[in-house]
Parts: sequence; structure tokens; C-alpha cells
Amino acid sequence: MLTLILRDLRIGWASGGIVNALAFFLLVTILFPFAVGPDTALLARIGGGVIWAAAVLAALMPVERLIGPDTESGVLDQLAVRGVSLSAVAAAKIVAHWLGFGPPLMLAAVIAAGLLGLPAATLGTVELGLLIGTPGLAALAVATSALVTGLRGAGSVAGLVMLPLAVPLLIFGAGSIDGGAGALKLLAAVALLLVAGAPFVAGAAMRAGME
Amino acid sequence: MLFDGLSFSLPAGAAGLVAGPNGVGKSSLIRIAAGLLRADAGTVRHPPTRALMAEAHALDPARRLVDALAFWASLDAAPARARERAEHALAAVALSTIAEVPVRLLSTGQRRRAALARVVASGASLWLLDEPANGLDVASVGVLERLIARHRADGGIALVATHMPLDLPDAQKIVLPC
Repeated sequence: MLTLILRDLRIGWASGGIVNALAFFLLVTILFPFAVGPDTALLARIGGGVIWAAAVLAALMPVERLIGPDTESGVLDQLAVRGVSLSAVAAAKIVAHWLGFGPPLMLAAVIAAGLLGLPAATLGTVELGLLIGTPGLAALAVATSALVTGLRGAGSVAGLVMLPLAVPLLIFGAGSIDGGAGALKLLAAVALLLVAGAPFVAGAAMRAGME
Repeated sequence: MLFDGLSFSLPAGAAGLVAGPNGVGKSSLIRIAAGLLRADAGTVRHPPTRALMAEAHALDPARRLVDALAFWASLDAAPARARERAEHALAAVALSTIAEVPVRLLSTGQRRRAALARVVASGASLWLLDEPANGLDVASVGVLERLIARHRADGGIALVATHMPLDLPDAQKIVLPC
């Protein structure tokens, strides 16, 4: 399990996927001031929501490289022959993906908050929300990746599969900025559901992909 | 349906040679034996450890060959000596000289031999080899035959699907009906 997590982390780093997602995240947050104008009060008010929307979009970036390459290169076959459960493989991939996605994103959110002129208190809530929500996003990304692997145009299908399912995370995540603890608890509930369910969904999808 | 009514058993030290024209189901039989495909009917009984050599090499392209092999060796048995076993296996397929070269720079034949090295390093008692001679030069085919012979001498079993002539003494022919 640890071996698999380390392997995925190394590949995520070496392929540049981690940096790409972060650059995309920052780019999306930079786009908003251009679109709505340099009104500091307005940006401070919508900034938290912008960060959340950008986080969900950035979570979509690495979906194609999470499972697809391992299916094609026969890595999943070799793991299955060794009796490694594919759900465990999926769980390892979720952990590895979160480690390469969650904490870096939380760091990037500090930069984004500076760019948007977000108040410190709001930033605190956003960071707490991201800490709770990004495991859910990571789980969803791995499950989506397993589901769309092998399809033609997997990247575009992935967006259609993943973004609707990420809406609850977005609602409660962005909602926690005004809604407080209640929204954070609901965010945690959604994230927990995704983290608990995704390994089995992804495992079954990978198994189906082999046949 | 690819085939039905197929039944065979391979005792320790035996080899099975799956022959037949393209598309008859040789690879499918290997994948069923590996547990990757479910047969519509029937059962497969196998020893606890299996090793598969299929078309895909399943080695991380960015890593050095010996590290990529050691990753699999560490999953097969005690991780502490994984690197040592990977080096031994590379020596067995005559790839020691390029052990430090990244996998992406290897030629097709070298990748095939690396995949064979993974089977050797696994220590599994059942070898499932799908077209192992593909992409190998004459000398490497000889290495492959010697490795299979040594594996069988140690009490191992090999199930080999190939359309190329391979010298497997006393191999049990498994003919798939077309």
C-alpha cells in the first residue's frame, strides 16, 4: 500500500501534473478580477466562492493521468495477478492524489486570497473548507478517472461525469464562508461519503475495464 | 464464444504450450489463467503465486530499469531484498549492463526481456507467458528457453502461448479448437 502511494506520488510529481493543476487553479482565480473589474469590495465578497470554483476545476485537470496510463501499460493487470485488490489500489491512488493535490492547493489558495484581497477571516474559513473538501475532490477524481478510462475523448467525458458530482462539495464549501459550522459539517459529510465510496466504485470500474 | 470443453492440468515441472492461429483465444486463455478474465463457465485452480508476462511491459518509463523492476519485486516478496532480486533477474536475461538506463530508452526487445526479468524475479511457481518470444532476437529466445527449463527443473510450471516455435521439451500441447 505504502509502495503504491509512493509510486503514484513520484509519478504525479515527475509528470508535472501537480504543478499543472496548481498553475491552472491560480490562473482561474486571476481571470475573475479581469472579468468583474477591480472593485476591491466586490472581489473580497465573491473571492471565497471564486477560490472554490477554481479548486473544483483544478481537480478536473489530472483526471486523465490518474488511472488511464496504468491501464494501458498493464500495471493494473500486474497488480491484479499479484492478488492486490483493485479497491486497495484505488484507495492508494486517492491518498497519493490528495497528498499531491490538497496541501499544495491550500498553499496556492493563500496566494489566490492575496490576489483577490480576501479578508484573513474568510481565508481561514476557506482553508478549513479546503482541508475538509479536497479529500472528497481527490476521491471523485480517481473514481471518475477509472470510469472514463478507455473511452474516446476521456478528458471531455470526465468533465461531464465529475463536475455535476462535485456540485455538493462546491455548494457546502463556498456556503461555509457565510454559513459557518453547519455548512462545514455538511461538507464533511459529502466528502466522507465520496472518500468511502470512491475506492469501491473505482475498483469495480478498473475490474470491468480489464474484461 | 472462443472455446469450450477445454480441460488440462499441469503437474509440477510441466509446461503447457498453447498453440493455434491468431484470434483463436490464446491470450484470453492466459488471461483467464491469470485471473484477469472470468471464464463464462468452468474453474481454474492454480498455485498460490502466479507471474504474468503479457504484451504490456508495465514498467514506469521514467525510472531506471533496475528501480522499475525492484518496485515489482518489492510487491512480490520481502521488500528488503527486492533490489537484489531485481539485479539477479536482470543478470539472468543479460540486461545487467543497462540496469541504470531509464525504461523509456529501451528497445522493444529489451523491454520484452525486462518483462521476462520481472517474471524471473517474482519467484512465482506458475509462469503465464503470452507470446514471450515476440520481439526477441535468436540469442534471447535461447535465454528464454533456458530460463523456462530452469524454472521447470526447480519444480515450477509454465503455461506458454506462442505462435513462434519454442523448444520446450516434453511440453503438453494445448490445442484450442477454432
